[in-house]
Amino acid sequence: MLGRLFAMIVKELLAILRDPRARIILIVPPTVQLVVLGLATTLEVKNVDIGIFDRDGGAWSREFSERLAGSPNFREIRPIHSAGAMRRAIDNQEVLAVVVFGQGFSGDIAAGRPAEVQLILDGRRSNAAQIVSGYIFAIAEGLSGELGSGTGLTSSITTHWFNPNLDYLWFTMPGLLVVITTVLGLGLTAQTVARERELGTFDQLMVSPLRVPEILVGKMVPPVLVGFFDATLYVIIIPAIFGVPLRGSVPLLYLSLLFYLLALVGVGMLVSSIAQTQQQAFLGMFLVAVPAILLSGYASPVDNMPGWLQIVAQGNPSKHFLVVSEGIFLKAMPPGDVLANTWPLGLIAVVTLAASAILFRARME
Amino acid sequence: MTPGLRRIRAMLVKETLQILRDPSTFLIAFVLPLILLFLFGYGVSLDTRDVKIGLALQDASAAARSLASAYEQSPWFDVHGSRELGDLENDMIAGRIRGIIVIPQDFGVHLARRDGGAEIQIITDGSLPNTASFVAAYAEGVRASWAEGYAGEHGLRVSPPLTVNPRFWFNPELASRYFLVPGSIAIVMTMIGTLLTALVVAREWERGTMEALMATPLGMAELIATKVIPYFVLGLGSAALCALLAVTLFGVPFRGSIPAFLGISSVFLIPALGQGLLISALSKNQFVASQVALIVAFLPAMVLSGFVFEIGSMPKPIQIITHFVPARYLIPSLQTVFMVGDLWGLYLRNSLILLGFGVVFFLLAIRATRRRLD
Amino acid sequence: MTAALARLEGVIRRFARPAVTALDGVSLDILPGRMTGLVGPDGAGKTTLIRLLAGLLDPDQGRVEVLGAPATRSDRAALGYMPQRFGLYEDLSVIENLTLHAELRGLPLAELDARLAELLDFTDLARFKPRLAGRLSGGMKQKLGLACAMVRAPKLLLLDEPGVGVDPVSRRELWAMVAELASSGIGVLWSTAYLDEAERCDTVHLLHEGKLLHSGPPADLTDTVRGRTFRLFAGAGARRALLERALDRDDVTDGTIQGASLRLVLAPEAKPPDAEALGRDIPLEVRPVPPRFEDAFVDRLGGGPPGTSALAVYYRDIPENDAPAIAAEGLTRRFGDFTAAHDISFSVARGQIFGLLGPNGAGKSTTFKMLCGLLTPSEGSGRVAGHDLRTARAEARQSLGYMAQKFSLYGDLSVRQNLDFFSGVYGLRGQARRAAIERVTDIFRLGSYLSTNAGLMPLGYKQRLALACAVMHEPPVLFLDEPTSGVDPIVRREFWTHINGLVGKGVTVLVTTHFMDEAEYCDRIALIYRSEQIATGTPDSLKDDAARMSELKDPTLEDAFIALIEASDRAREAAA
Repeated sequence: MLGRLFAMIVKELLAILRDPRARIILIVPPTVQLVVLGLATTLEVKNVDIGIFDRDGGAWSREFSERLAGSPNFREIRPIHSAGAMRRAIDNQEVLAVVVFGQGFSGDIAAGRPAEVQLILDGRRSNAAQIVSGYIFAIAEGLSGELGSGTGLTSSITTHWFNPNLDYLWFTMPGLLVVITTVLGLGLTAQTVARERELGTFDQLMVSPLRVPEILVGKMVPPVLVGFFDATLYVIIIPAIFGVPLRGSVPLLYLSLLFYLLALVGVGMLVSSIAQTQQQAFLGMFLVAVPAILLSGYASPVDNMPGWLQIVAQGNPSKHFLVVSEGIFLKAMPPGDVLANTWPLGLIAVVTLAASAILFRARME
Repeated sequence: MTPGLRRIRAMLVKETLQILRDPSTFLIAFVLPLILLFLFGYGVSLDTRDVKIGLALQDASAAARSLASAYEQSPWFDVHGSRELGDLENDMIAGRIRGIIVIPQDFGVHLARRDGGAEIQIITDGSLPNTASFVAAYAEGVRASWAEGYAGEHGLRVSPPLTVNPRFWFNPELASRYFLVPGSIAIVMTMIGTLLTALVVAREWERGTMEALMATPLGMAELIATKVIPYFVLGLGSAALCALLAVTLFGVPFRGSIPAFLGISSVFLIPALGQGLLISALSKNQFVASQVALIVAFLPAMVLSGFVFEIGSMPKPIQIITHFVPARYLIPSLQTVFMVGDLWGLYLRNSLILLGFGVVFFLLAIRATRRRLD
Repeated sequence: MTAALARLEGVIRRFARPAVTALDGVSLDILPGRMTGLVGPDGAGKTTLIRLLAGLLDPDQGRVEVLGAPATRSDRAALGYMPQRFGLYEDLSVIENLTLHAELRGLPLAELDARLAELLDFTDLARFKPRLAGRLSGGMKQKLGLACAMVRAPKLLLLDEPGVGVDPVSRRELWAMVAELASSGIGVLWSTAYLDEAERCDTVHLLHEGKLLHSGPPADLTDTVRGRTFRLFAGAGARRALLERALDRDDVTDGTIQGASLRLVLAPEAKPPDAEALGRDIPLEVRPVPPRFEDAFVDRLGGGPPGTSALAVYYRDIPENDAPAIAAEGLTRRFGDFTAAHDISFSVARGQIFGLLGPNGAGKSTTFKMLCGLLTPSEGSGRVAGHDLRTARAEARQSLGYMAQKFSLYGDLSVRQNLDFFSGVYGLRGQARRAAIERVTDIFRLGSYLSTNAGLMPLGYKQRLALACAVMHEPPVLFLDEPTSGVDPIVRREFWTHINGLVGKGVTVLVTTHFMDEAEYCDRIALIYRSEQIATGTPDSLKDDAARMSELKDPTLEDAFIALIEASDRAREAAA
């Protein structure tokens, strides 16, 4: 029994590790993905071009403009001289926003009257526009404060826990650990059974004394090992190269990762046992992986989803593991909270693995 | 009819029948677009609202309670009980709340003394940077407007404010699905144009039918034409279906014209199809073709096109790479045709670039498709 | 002298991976109105030669001319080409495939309907017009492939191993169809592993390692062994042992079993061995028989392998046992409304070879799969080595060795890793495992390939590896599903030498095959047709039955096969 299982595991490992190219594939693309995706998938808004349509030309509009130019978030400040030019600049996406000073702007301020700055934003990129409007609000507030406006009675002090400078990379990196593991784990598993079926080796396994649980376990081992390998790579690279803190317990991360990988293997195996061909397995994997990632909280917070979809998202293993990964990297998440997000992974693994074992058997009837 | 046209017609009939019968085609051309629309319509939302925050009200003064109720009544926040700071900390670690407002013990005293020491503390969950910025900005906003109201009530002098009056053109409701749903059409066309085309051509190699075709009078240019036309139609049809659903189901406005939409989509399909043909000609294997299509077409379209993630915020080297992602030149046109109305100058500029990509990909694909088996 | 339709002159063609010279200075002509055969062992360069003619490859040196132009620029409308896998669109129907090829080749519209009707009639596919090509049987696919290749009466027809995996009835029909075309004046190049087909060609080219060993009428080659072919009546019991001894002699170059007798090819000048030389005390009846092309083919390639199987020498003795090693009782399998196999019953005693024969899609694969546990029977039961397949599946599996129809080992693992895997799966451990692997490596000459990917080996070696993996755990029962499909005669002989040797040790074998000469090796045969078991018996008794029914004199097993199927059809029609 152990001999058979061992032979099966060795064979499965060889199937993915034998090819020298395959060995490189396990290291290079995940690293490149981590770097490229880490740097590219940012929801921050920097280097924005904005326009200034100054119909006032007074001291205060110039002051305001200089403060805009001094902001690190803006790249180019483009002067605009007519309403038509403003329309064209926005339409053609040359600028994301235009700050408009009305004719009496400086006069109003000097006279102590309420002054207004018009801000026109390109709603096609509503997310970026919103953030840019936030930057400009802050500048206005600063100016306003210096003018002696505001009450001065109360104030607030803001602290960002876990990520004091709100560095977006601190969020993406632990998130990518989840995303890339998902793609890798599902991809490796979904192909295996469909591939054997297409090549005819599946019959060969079925006539051998191997039992269904032995075949399943044999197929589970490589994705789990590869997942651990790449996760270890990330646990080293992310703090060392990207400077993201790893504050929590690494053993807890690995424990949760184990259950996450098992859940992925279960889902992948299910896809694999339904698919007739490798191509269908690939597409099935794709149709599972894309929603899993997009609904994990990586692309946008789960909190923002409609309520019913948040309930559906409970069935998504990536959602739970993302909480753990972010939690352990940034928040030093205590064991209780890690386990609270890990048992759903175990449940998903048990359900999907049992279902695929049943499908496996049914395929023989 | 000339023999060439007859051959093309016969191949088109064949390809159409295969499209209708192959479950993979159905999956990519119809199921996948629906899933993507659904995900970007409902699942992915960059619109932060109703953020759960905790409120630690350590002061029992009337002013402190008034400020607390200002937070409770704010449409931006869902205040999650006012308890001990320690409990709230744990909630934040577990992710149950995204921010904490601390109104300290001496808040009321300082306020009454008017010594400027009435300071509240805003703590955010920095592990979600965007939500954290939101919480910081809006929590401060709530405080400021409460303070103004308080000052008014107590007859204190308030110097006239400097206000910023923002106007979001094209999308006053600031619904992120207005730009995400049109953007997902670009992904759908990339999948059909590149992934599906690469798969079907690779399938001909793998199943030996390419060998049989090459021994007939069918020319290689004819072969390419008969692969391009059906998937062009399919891609355009799928894009139109998505547009229809975007407008009817997700309420995305459509302010441009239908010909403009079809025009910019058609031009985008040229490089997409060219890339698909090139991949299949080089790999001749469905598995490899699908992996390559995923890495060189799908992922860049998703990540590097400016569809969700701002190109301007990426590091310089990655910004340079984005210039080679065809979808980058489609997304602005699509967002414009939905939200703005026809801007022919913008369409033309982007379409010319796409056309350039298309020509390059097709030339490479034709070079790579030889009538030989080796 | 008619002008050649196609001509190769001094053609050399090399490949980089794996590095081989597929064709090494080949020159030949293909003439109109003739069947030109192309034969040779696997990897001899047959497919390369045909692809060169079809203009799908460029020669490295030499010239390839087709219809008066270089092959890559020839008039493809006048060329019919059927690749090895038929090149059909499996998700298109019969008529859609045909119409596509008619349009591609520019068949005049006025002739279209009539020509398609004619071809459907000719190939007997009219009934299946709307059926998807993927759901046709192998024989029907092959006919459809041919119909597509000749939809616009080509001047030159190139057929790459059209008979692989196809049953004798279909092969015979196909041959008749192509022969009719050839007699109407077109040139046909027919590449084949079936030497009886080669024998009937007008000209035969024998390729070996990229070189032409023989070109000319097949009779010229056959004549080289004239007077050296004999038949020995051995009696059913002793034939395997006799063959082994005969083949071990230097003066016997080739030998096969034919029912209860042996067919031997002797070295030049040698006399037929007598009973004593073969270790028998009763005299043997020896009769000269006319030579066949296959005899000459094997002789020309240096003769068959020796008779003693090195594998059998080491194999354990399977203990005597009165219970049948394989038993099928009323096996029935239904898929929905369709009954794929109905009430199949037979039993095979220890140390016997039992053959399952029948046309493609008749139900023999279904029966085979039920017996090795890949399909659960709807009714009836099966036992392997005394273990019931329903209740003791794992034990039954442990006692059988399985070799699948097409190569189904792990092509991207090395030979060594495949051996490791299969020995481990069958529970071999430690020293026993190492010894078993070493032994089969040695016996099947896999040593030089140990670290090669199994998928990259020549077909013959893949076949050896598959057998090696099936026998390492020395099972008492072997299941072989078309084990030699597509393999050349030399490798097939080696294969059967091993099987014969193992049977001598008491191993029981269940085999399916389309090669009638292999069916001759069986002790008993069941013929399965339209899901029913229509005849069961020894090869000789089936031949006798057929002789009575069809008034054929001394029928071959192939004749018997066809006669029994025709008789079954007549009975069915009479009953209807």
